[in-house]
Amino acid sequence: MTDYRFIGKSTPRKDALDIVTGRTKFINDLTIPNMLYGKVLRSPLPHALIKSIDTTEALRLPGVKAVLTYQNAPEWMAGFPLHVRILDNKVRYVGDEVALVAAETEDIGEEALGLIKVEYEPLPAVYDVEEAMQPDAPQLYEQFPGNLLPRERRMFGPQTLQEVVFGDVDQGFAEADFIIEGTCAYENIPNPLPPEPPGVIASWEGTDNLTVWSASQGPHMFKVTLQRRMGATNMQSIGSPVGASYGSKYMSWQYVLPASALAKAAGRPVKLCYGKTEHLAAFTVRLGSRIHGKVGMKKDGTVTALSGDWLLNTGAFSEITQGMVAVGCGEAQLMIRCPNWDLKPKMACTNRTASGQVRGFGGQELKCALTPILTMGLEKAGIDPVDFFKKNYVKPGEGYYWRDGNWWVCNGIDYTAAMEKGAETFGWQEKWQGWLKPTSVKGAKRRGVGVGVHGNADVGEDISEAFVRLDSNGTATIYSGLAEHGTGQRSNICKMVAEILQLPLERVSVTPADSRVNPFEIGPVGSRGTYAIGSAVIAAAEDAKKQLFELMAAKLNVKPEDLKTEDGTVFVKGQTGTRLPWIKGMGYDRTLMGHGRFEPDFTLPNFMMIFTEVEVDTETGKVDLIRVVGATDVGQVIDPPSLTNQLNGCLGSAGIDSALFEETVFDTRLGRIMNPNMIDYKWRTFAELPEMEHVIHETPFPSHRFHAIGVGEITPSPGPSAVLMAVSNAIGVRMADYPLTPDKVLSALGKTVNAERRGR
Amino acid sequence: MTTTKQNPPHHTLTLTVNGENHSFVLGEGTHEVSPSHTLAHTLRERLGLTGTKISCDHGACGCCTVLMDGKAVLSCLLLTVECAGKEITTIEGLGDPVAGTIDPLQQSFIDHTAFQCGFCTPGIIMSAKALLKVTPSPNRIEVKEALAGNFCRCNSHYHVLDAVMAVAKKGEHQ
Repeated sequence: MTDYRFIGKSTPRKDALDIVTGRTKFINDLTIPNMLYGKVLRSPLPHALIKSIDTTEALRLPGVKAVLTYQNAPEWMAGFPLHVRILDNKVRYVGDEVALVAAETEDIGEEALGLIKVEYEPLPAVYDVEEAMQPDAPQLYEQFPGNLLPRERRMFGPQTLQEVVFGDVDQGFAEADFIIEGTCAYENIPNPLPPEPPGVIASWEGTDNLTVWSASQGPHMFKVTLQRRMGATNMQSIGSPVGASYGSKYMSWQYVLPASALAKAAGRPVKLCYGKTEHLAAFTVRLGSRIHGKVGMKKDGTVTALSGDWLLNTGAFSEITQGMVAVGCGEAQLMIRCPNWDLKPKMACTNRTASGQVRGFGGQELKCALTPILTMGLEKAGIDPVDFFKKNYVKPGEGYYWRDGNWWVCNGIDYTAAMEKGAETFGWQEKWQGWLKPTSVKGAKRRGVGVGVHGNADVGEDISEAFVRLDSNGTATIYSGLAEHGTGQRSNICKMVAEILQLPLERVSVTPADSRVNPFEIGPVGSRGTYAIGSAVIAAAEDAKKQLFELMAAKLNVKPEDLKTEDGTVFVKGQTGTRLPWIKGMGYDRTLMGHGRFEPDFTLPNFMMIFTEVEVDTETGKVDLIRVVGATDVGQVIDPPSLTNQLNGCLGSAGIDSALFEETVFDTRLGRIMNPNMIDYKWRTFAELPEMEHVIHETPFPSHRFHAIGVGEITPSPGPSAVLMAVSNAIGVRMADYPLTPDKVLSALGKTVNAERRGR
Repeated sequence: MTTTKQNPPHHTLTLTVNGENHSFVLGEGTHEVSPSHTLAHTLRERLGLTGTKISCDHGACGCCTVLMDGKAVLSCLLLTVECAGKEITTIEGLGDPVAGTIDPLQQSFIDHTAFQCGFCTPGIIMSAKALLKVTPSPNRIEVKEALAGNFCRCNSHYHVLDAVMAVAKKGEHQ
């Protein structure tokens, strides 16, 4: 393995000093001169028409500068396909936007909300995905009869994947030794819940110059997707450091459009930052996912056919559900080797807070519902799930339909070695006692183990562009639209460039994530930072180095390919004694700009396996997560602590803990979320950490010159179904209802009267 | 005889933050401190000390943790008027701003990459600082307990524990 100067070494994050001293400016830490504060009046009803709305008194309140309702708001539209009007005369969930206020202070804005008089005509509401598809169900959008979202054929090209249908399922079921049918749902709609609530500042200059500062995982995409919709021709989107996102703050027009509308109406900059209640009750949550599935299986565990309905509950609008379905459909094929598929998604709107993008992006939602059905077959066949995953997980030379609808063939690596090492580290062989059998029983405490697997072929998705500028003083500047959202990716691209140019890390920097400065960047999503963004940056650095060597070669009377550079000097290979600083070739009056671009490549699936051990108290029903072992192969570690941080991230952000206690509790009598605060929305504290260990293999990938791929996004995704399996094994009863709160465990053990749980 | 027209007496409030005294006029005006303002709000909006973060604004997440007379407190649950005469230390007050040095605890967070997004980090550092003031050599369980009120969603907990224990062990803390 190559020994690099920076790659694979632990180096301090470039932004570390700012973070630990509190100097990092997150969106709500910024103020713009003359700035107003935006506030949102939200609907108390899940479904209603606005009969009348009177803003007279609010407008009279000193300090109020603009009030917008559906009557005077711009006709800006959002959602996929466009269906959400920024303010409408119909509200579709408790928390839907009814009116917007811009005021001199937040307090005045709040007061003004209370002065707006609204008369509603309540409409019947629907919350369940299958009830929403019934002929007599309340209808949310005129353009979506039956509340069904249309399939999307443009998002990822003309054949965007919207189902998995190939082979002959009838023949597959005929070949099966047994057929399993079942329903499983992952519908506790956990909130990714980054600590920083969503926020934005918008400012107009004239009618077509719009500047937006925002917490976004892909700030450049606001310019690409929103500029024209808002009538701007010159939008500047500036990304601040993101107080975490986990996918949720990506193309989030939910806060950008209202702030921009208010700024336009008031003629002043407007900051709109959600409060935590708004964040929990009116910002996007995970998709609801339910599968009625049928699996044909041979006695040896070979899957011969898989069919089913995949029902997706998007809530009140769809942010990008069709894209998540496309990726989820691809990811199902990576996990299960099966020649005959008929898996058909149906996406429906309902009257609860909307679902949107979250880490795991469709695949986690699918796996959490599909894996428990699949494992019923493994249980019947008596197959060890680790053996099943080893046999089934995609290997080099095997193919899959990916999100663009094309057939791609895996050009990556075989993950068997990582799986085996993971199993060994966890002690799987000793702990696995068979299906529905505990690992150990000690009085009322029963332990069980479970395993899950996940991976995507999105590490090489979409386009990234980057420039690398060399200055004659021996420094390099990366031009990238990459915002820092917690993974350390901005630091890591500096390491890549420092490695190529052999510059001290402190001499490499990145421009602010500003769309006016930087080339196209879709953002660090789908674990694409290392490969896709990295490749663009690497290409730009190589290009700049080539230009530098052409200039320096003339000074040294050698050919460019004879040269090397180190610490801002250039020398002939093998002659380290004679060095010329860059300025000798470049002069003081020249900068060099290298260009890099990455084109999509769906041939390198990544991989994450999670082993879990739980302890169930059969007297209280409480489930404790005792130990987690993650196993992966990343080709080449870029920054060891950043990688372990990402792997440890499997617990939160609507990951493993969504199988244990995390849920958005929904009251279907009122249509309200009952736990929109961080006391009632349960999360894991420092005092309740499981033991955590990771197996990280480094088998070189044919990706870029460092042979690395990313894995960060997917680390939570195999976890929830693994926990379900572990608890089922511990108590000897198959569990399929996320999250496994004590009431459900006790009920499964026959220790409670099985009262119907209200909600959701 | 003429009487001199006098302004009504101002109610003022003095806060000591990071060793500096700040006087505020109490009231509801744009630049005054309202009796309803929380300490977190005053620190951020009046003093520009935005290192103190507001996440839940509800006492559940610990992002707004500061020291008051050396003890960790949640500045979103304290009214500014309650803090008169108290010594407040925020994340900006750690280390020595004149010498440009940072606290060993901060350095340890850098060395261990004990953060990801970094939003909850100032609050975690302040909670850990308060612990180490009272218990300079805590064990790992004591650190976990002391930080149990600090929400970290990126799951940087493990690196945080390493960072705090590294400082505790070295005994660099006074």
